[in-house]
Amino acid sequence: MTDFNNPLAKVRGLGSAKQGSAAWLTHRITAIANVPLVIFFVVSFVGNAGKGHAEWVAWLKQPLVSVLLILFIANFTHHMRAGLKEVVEDYIQSHGTKFTVNLLITFVCVLIAGLSIFSVLRIAFGG
Amino acid sequence: MAKAKRPLSPHLQVYTFSAAMAASIIHRITGSALAVGAIFLTWWLVALANGHAYFNEVQGYASHPVGRLVLFGLTFALMQHFASGIRHLFTDAGKLYELKTNRNTAVATFVFAAVMTVVIWIAAYKVMGAF
Repeated sequence: MTDFNNPLAKVRGLGSAKQGSAAWLTHRITAIANVPLVIFFVVSFVGNAGKGHAEWVAWLKQPLVSVLLILFIANFTHHMRAGLKEVVEDYIQSHGTKFTVNLLITFVCVLIAGLSIFSVLRIAFGG
Repeated sequence: MAKAKRPLSPHLQVYTFSAAMAASIIHRITGSALAVGAIFLTWWLVALANGHAYFNEVQGYASHPVGRLVLFGLTFALMQHFASGIRHLFTDAGKLYELKTNRNTAVATFVFAAVMTVVIWIAAYKVMGAF
C-alpha cells in the first residue's frame, strides 16, 4: 500500500508509531497475570490481618511468598503504567502536557517497583 | 504545517447513563485509584523492611477510622477493577456484545465488587478476632 505520510509527519507522532499492538498486548497480558496474583495478594492480606511486625516478616520471608510478591509488584506496575498512559492519551490534548504526564507516570511506576521490590528483598535476605 | 487536530476518545459528558458506560468509566476511575493504593502498598512494604517501630506507626494510620475507610474503598476499587478487567478481556475477544449480556455482565461487576468487599472485610475482622 502506498504510504502518503511524509517522514516529518511520522516523527512528529502524526502517523502510526507501529508499537500500538505491542502496547495493547502488554496491557492484556499483565491483566491476565494479575488475576492469580491479586487473588494471592488478597488472600494473604486477609489471612494475616492484624498481625504484628515479626509475624509479617516471617510470612514474607517464605521464598514462595517473596517471589510471588515481587512478581506481583513487577506485573502490576507494568499494568498500571499501561493503564494510566491510556487514560492520559485519551483525555489530554496538548502534546507537551501529554509528554510530561506520561514521563511522570513512567518515573512513578518505576519508583514504586524499585522501592517495593527492594523492601521485599531486604526482608527476604535480612537477618 | 497547521497544528494537527487528532481524534480523541469521546469525553465523559457525552454519554447517557447505562450500566456498560458506568462499568467502562468506573474501570478507569478504580484503576487510577488503585495507582494511589500502589503508593500505599509501597509505603507499607518500606515500613515493614524498616523495622517494627516505624511499621507500628504505619499500621496505626491504617487502623485509624480514616485509614480503614480508605482501605475499604480500595478493596472495592480492586474488586471492581478485577471483575471489570475480566469482562474487558472477554469483550477484547469479541464476546459479550449481545445487548442483554453486555448490560448484565456490567451490572455483575458491581454486584461482585460489593459482595466481595463485604466478604473480605468480614473475613479480615474475623481473622483479627473481632468476633
